[in-house]
Amino acid sequence: MEQVRLNIDGVDVVTTPDRTILEAAREAGIRIPSLCYDQRMDPFGACRICIVEVEGARGLLPACATRVTDGMVVRTNTEELRRIRRTIVELLLSDHPRDCMTCESAGNCELQDLAYEYGVKETRFPGEEHHYEALADNPLIERDYTKCVLCGRCIRICREVQGVGVYDFVNRGFEAVPGTPYNRPLTETPCEFCGQCVSTCPTGAIISIPSKGKGRPWQVEKVRTTCPYCGCGCQIDLHVRDGEIIEVSSPVMVGPGQGNLCVKGRYGYAFVHHPDRLTTPLVRKDGELVPASWEEALGMVAERIRGAMDDKGPDAVAFLSSARCTNEENYLLQKLARAVVGTNNVDHCARL
Amino acid sequence: MTNSIDDLEKAECILVIGSNTTEGHPIVGLRIKKAVMKNDCRLIVAEPRHIRLCYYADQWLRHRPGTDVALLNGMMNVILSEGLADEEFIRERTEGFEEFRKVVEQYPPERAAEICGVEAEEIRRAARTFARASSAAIVYAMGITQHTTGVDNVLSLANLAMLTGNLGKEGAGVNPLRGQNNVQGACDMGALPNVFTGYQPVSDPQVRKKFEKAWGVDYLPGNPGLTIMEMVDAVLRGEVKVLYIMGENPLLSDPDIRHLKEALEKVDFLVVQDIFLTETARYADVVLPAASFAEKEGTFTNTDRRVQRVRKAVEPPGEAREDSWIIAQVASRLGYEMGDVSAPAVMEEIASLTPSYAGISYRRLEELGELRWPCPSPDHPGTPILHVDKFTRGKGRFSPVEYKPPAEEPDADYPLVLTTGRLLHHYHTGSMTRRVKPLNELVPENRVWMNPEDAKRLGVAAGEEVAVESRRGAIRVRARVTEKVPPGVVFIPFHFGESPANALTNPALDPVAKIPEYKVASVRIVTGEAMESLEYVTV
Amino acid sequence: MSGNGRTKLVLGYGTCGIAAGAAAVKEALEREVSAGGYDLDLDIAGCMGFCFREPIVEVFYPDGKSVVYGDLNPKKVPQLLQAAASGEVLEDWVVRRSDDTAAGEGDFLANQHRIVLRNCGNINPESIDEYIAVGGYEAARKALTNMTPEEVIDEVSRSGLRGRGGAGFPTGTKWGFARKARGDQKYLVCNADEGDPGAFMDRSVLEGDPHAVIEGMIIAGYAIGATQGYIYCRAEYPLALKRLEIAITACRERGFLGERIFGTDWNFDIKIKKGAGAFVCGEETALIASIEGKRGMPRPRPPFPANEGLWGKPTNINNVETLAAVSWIIANGGDKYAELGTEKSKGTKVFCLAGKVRRSGLAEVPMGYTLRQVIFDVGGGVREGKEFKAVQLGGPSGGCLPASLLDTPVDYEAITATGAIMGSGGMIVADSSTCMVDLARYFLSFTQAESCGKCVPCRLGTKRMLEILTRICEGKGEPEDLERLEVLAADIKAASLCALGGTAPNPVLTTLKYFRNEYEDHIFNRKCTAGVCPALITVKINQDICTGCGACARICPVEAISGEKKEPHSIDPDTCIRCKLCLSRCPEEAIYAE
Repeated sequence: MEQVRLNIDGVDVVTTPDRTILEAAREAGIRIPSLCYDQRMDPFGACRICIVEVEGARGLLPACATRVTDGMVVRTNTEELRRIRRTIVELLLSDHPRDCMTCESAGNCELQDLAYEYGVKETRFPGEEHHYEALADNPLIERDYTKCVLCGRCIRICREVQGVGVYDFVNRGFEAVPGTPYNRPLTETPCEFCGQCVSTCPTGAIISIPSKGKGRPWQVEKVRTTCPYCGCGCQIDLHVRDGEIIEVSSPVMVGPGQGNLCVKGRYGYAFVHHPDRLTTPLVRKDGELVPASWEEALGMVAERIRGAMDDKGPDAVAFLSSARCTNEENYLLQKLARAVVGTNNVDHCARL
Repeated sequence: MTNSIDDLEKAECILVIGSNTTEGHPIVGLRIKKAVMKNDCRLIVAEPRHIRLCYYADQWLRHRPGTDVALLNGMMNVILSEGLADEEFIRERTEGFEEFRKVVEQYPPERAAEICGVEAEEIRRAARTFARASSAAIVYAMGITQHTTGVDNVLSLANLAMLTGNLGKEGAGVNPLRGQNNVQGACDMGALPNVFTGYQPVSDPQVRKKFEKAWGVDYLPGNPGLTIMEMVDAVLRGEVKVLYIMGENPLLSDPDIRHLKEALEKVDFLVVQDIFLTETARYADVVLPAASFAEKEGTFTNTDRRVQRVRKAVEPPGEAREDSWIIAQVASRLGYEMGDVSAPAVMEEIASLTPSYAGISYRRLEELGELRWPCPSPDHPGTPILHVDKFTRGKGRFSPVEYKPPAEEPDADYPLVLTTGRLLHHYHTGSMTRRVKPLNELVPENRVWMNPEDAKRLGVAAGEEVAVESRRGAIRVRARVTEKVPPGVVFIPFHFGESPANALTNPALDPVAKIPEYKVASVRIVTGEAMESLEYVTV
Repeated sequence: MSGNGRTKLVLGYGTCGIAAGAAAVKEALEREVSAGGYDLDLDIAGCMGFCFREPIVEVFYPDGKSVVYGDLNPKKVPQLLQAAASGEVLEDWVVRRSDDTAAGEGDFLANQHRIVLRNCGNINPESIDEYIAVGGYEAARKALTNMTPEEVIDEVSRSGLRGRGGAGFPTGTKWGFARKARGDQKYLVCNADEGDPGAFMDRSVLEGDPHAVIEGMIIAGYAIGATQGYIYCRAEYPLALKRLEIAITACRERGFLGERIFGTDWNFDIKIKKGAGAFVCGEETALIASIEGKRGMPRPRPPFPANEGLWGKPTNINNVETLAAVSWIIANGGDKYAELGTEKSKGTKVFCLAGKVRRSGLAEVPMGYTLRQVIFDVGGGVREGKEFKAVQLGGPSGGCLPASLLDTPVDYEAITATGAIMGSGGMIVADSSTCMVDLARYFLSFTQAESCGKCVPCRLGTKRMLEILTRICEGKGEPEDLERLEVLAADIKAASLCALGGTAPNPVLTTLKYFRNEYEDHIFNRKCTAGVCPALITVKINQDICTGCGACARICPVEAISGEKKEPHSIDPDTCIRCKLCLSRCPEEAIYAE
């Protein structure tokens, strides 16, 4: 692809013409603040936080939606821009609860970050505020539009990425708010509960019910791993607090999912801590499975394998390996079958 | 997958056949939807059921279950007769074309239509769309493989891809979607009766010699072992005495539950190593508590051959231990010391013995996040697209494939076709997802899907409990009356132990791949008082 | 028009006429003509522009002269018919005489220069033959058979025509972009989503001369390479929609629309898309979204519709008035059009005179006319002889200009320099009884209600400005409010996504600039000098004048007025809600607000 050269805040940047100013700037290490932007979707240009000055352009332009052109000269952080951004943040806060102390998204909130960056403690423009009832009409996703900043990210990700389109804006102007058709509960819409809306919501307006109250972003350790369900291999981050997985997220634009997950990947983690988990070896005694020590259980296993081998040869033993275990474990099990027992009777459920 | 998941977005046409992608592989489904919505890709869905992808499709071919070969031969017949084949590709890259042509010529669209139930004109249209696209990808899953003609089905898809030159380039390829997180890896690792890691045949003495040396043993057997279905039969014949099952729940996932149950009851000694006391584990003599994916280090290989890390996030509960530790302990008690079985060390051993994994190491994975095999050396970037310049075997081989009917066809006693599959909210035998409260709240129980026409004829109301019976057994389940299944076909997901679909399925196998025919079985619906006299299969 | 030696009566039958009672007049005319056995022809036409005298009838005599009568009603019809039949002129009813511009309101038309409105009121808009009879579709035929698309664009460029929807972008240039844009399919859209309060020129053109717009579209479609046209017209214009449908059907029958039009290889057809009443859908990208069946919300530009418009294809959008001018330009030549106007603003512009002006109606004048000429020479000045205070130009997106700027010429650049905009051409006149803060509040309440809610500055910024203005009008203004208004106005203008937000602060900014003292009076003196804002006025009865008739007490909805019969009454200020109903009721004009 051809290359374009532009200048952003005095820095010469070389990129391709399919890039927006925001992308080109981020690539060059220049951060332009944003709110309605998520690289998984088409630009929307609604929040106006990312407006920049482009020499020769009529008015200010949203960096997220403006493609770069050769010779463009961009300023991202002038006094005027900072003033306008501050006004926008104040306007947003004028219709937003100041309840960060109890908000599920504190510490993971783009509005909070903007208020912090622009030092907005009080708004100069107080006025009417919305108070909507929080909607928990399903076991997974809670929507509290009192905290909505109308960035449209939930609407767009559901339509553009998930291809479903459960949400759209309803009403106009100050009364505009996202909603489902006829405000039906999510369970009565085609919602797939992928939680993509949760993943993109910049504030606490859409949250995961199972994670509510379980921990703050700074209290968790995120462990990057691979989803244990289907063969897509999505990369997930397990949010761990005090030895418990309290949430799953997916790193944006990483791995096959590019930050998107399905209902199992995002919400199917609780089995790890389920009380049904096996915690000790069990051996059958008098027809019943009863707890046993590892020593006893392993000893019994080895003894019976040895017995069958001695009795009828190695092929009297058969192993079923697992499509859910790791490569290393599968390797070790077939090694156990072949090298230790001496049989090729090893298979797994690839066919099932 | 010959191509990558990301690559699907570049396809000009995608044929999805035998895959309910948005439920079975939701994230691949997203890419297909994106290709359609953003890039004007033309989507052809061939599927008896109305699946969500049909909403995005240019064309939905509702063929009868088990008639994939006829449909594909019909399409290829059109491509040949209308001069839409990629002759250069056929000439340069393939062999066996003439024999193949002779068979396909026997399948004019009218004949194919008669077999598969899709109108001839629709077959023509699909053939033209696919063949005229500059790049066309094929995506399939178990809807293609889980047939007695599973191998034939796959070969037909390979034929279609070669005929149109859709291999070895971007936005094309033959792309099977593997059903579970690490099916690909388990196969790659030699958890198969006939091959070591990286599909190195056990029958090859050179290969055996390499492994014997590496593993420090004198002798490795060269005769292929038993496949899973053969093991069951061998147990029943008294040939297999000890069955060691790691992380599988065959009682729910294998066809003909009654048959398997018999085997589990009969086997002398059953070891089950798992994280839950699964339906299968209840039959075990010893149950070994294992660590879950979140409690260990390792790697999974996904459906597009991407090797990615699994990392330990929490401690296993109680005395549960990593599978690697357990295996090493068993080995040790059998007199074999496996040495360092930490995941990086094992991967080092795998790489040293497996050409396609030779360049994969934990150090590189930490750095790159992922590597796609073949990755033959430590400086190799991995291979997103297979067969770019040549096929593994040199030339791609066309296979003449004749249509063969499924092993069991509907008759007067069992007049309906049963097909099985998955739901979005649950996974495989449900041992994990059914234990996740919100998921189970959203989809708490099983349903048999039937067409309103059939429901009306049988007098079944929506939500009514009925019995579904096959020659193998019967289950009770509520009815979901929906046009998503065609008349004459019922669908039952297999996640639910309370009403196990696999009590009904047919254990008839594909002669080559030994895959059971989950997707076609004959059943009947029993209602009212007659239900009382049935014997139900439980697990 | 009277070509057959008979006298013809033409009834103004646009929405303004119908609203004033033209339907009843029509019925009476038809009844009386047949009952009286009159040898007269009856016909209808669109609005002539004399909205202030509707219902009107124009009588065309066989000798070519005509007389326009106004303020008609069914009772007047027999007398009208008698006079028409006899050739007598009813001087008291005359609005205009073709042979005497000094008669009636003759100077209303005499001071205009009608290009866009050339046929409005003169032909039956439901008859394609009448349009053809005045030379209609010759321009389109000429363009398609004798000109290349580039030549058409050159001609339009030469005319200097600029987009009449408000932005004033040169039409020829815009067409050039669309022509050059690559795409297998291109679209031409006529923006007939006229939404400014007080603007009705597009409606009048669509009702009075729909073929002129269609002809303009055929020409534009040919010029840019679009084979499919859309007219996006608000559903609140049922008569315009009906007449468009009639006109499109007639065109298809004549081969002016459809395949191989005018016998050429060119195909062009038009679909009508009804808007659902959202002001913002007049914005190009919101309009496109609406046609596509999506929620009417603007998106950032670029990409401009010329490159990525309807269904992602190159799309050119022109306003009704622009397109109506196009057919005239092709017929008469771009140079001829460019003879009118100023250096940068050529041709004519239609204004809708409304508010406290004496003659409210349609005024088409050459660019360069001053506001004073439009308001006083054409519009006849302020009603009831009151003093001119201000004119709101360009509707809710425009600005409010004081008397000192009355000599500003009608010219895009000159008007923009004042802080107002040309806009679609609404001109709302205010007199001394108008409170400028209240006026600004009114316009902002309109834009605030019509904000789509997408971008933050418009959604929340206009809301906060409105709250501040409301507070000021209620006498609760704070000293900091003026600064708050200025900060918000500046930032909303700079940061809004579309022109709705970008221009919404204009009424506030211009009133702050030219009438700041009124704001200060409201805030610091708690006073509304115009006597409009209820919270800041007291309604009183002049005890010297009041005759004690009791009319005020009877109409007062809160029984705040009391007094003995025949004795001066008084108002209890605590009970009074300042609705001012009593003011209009008092026969002695003894009641006043202060």
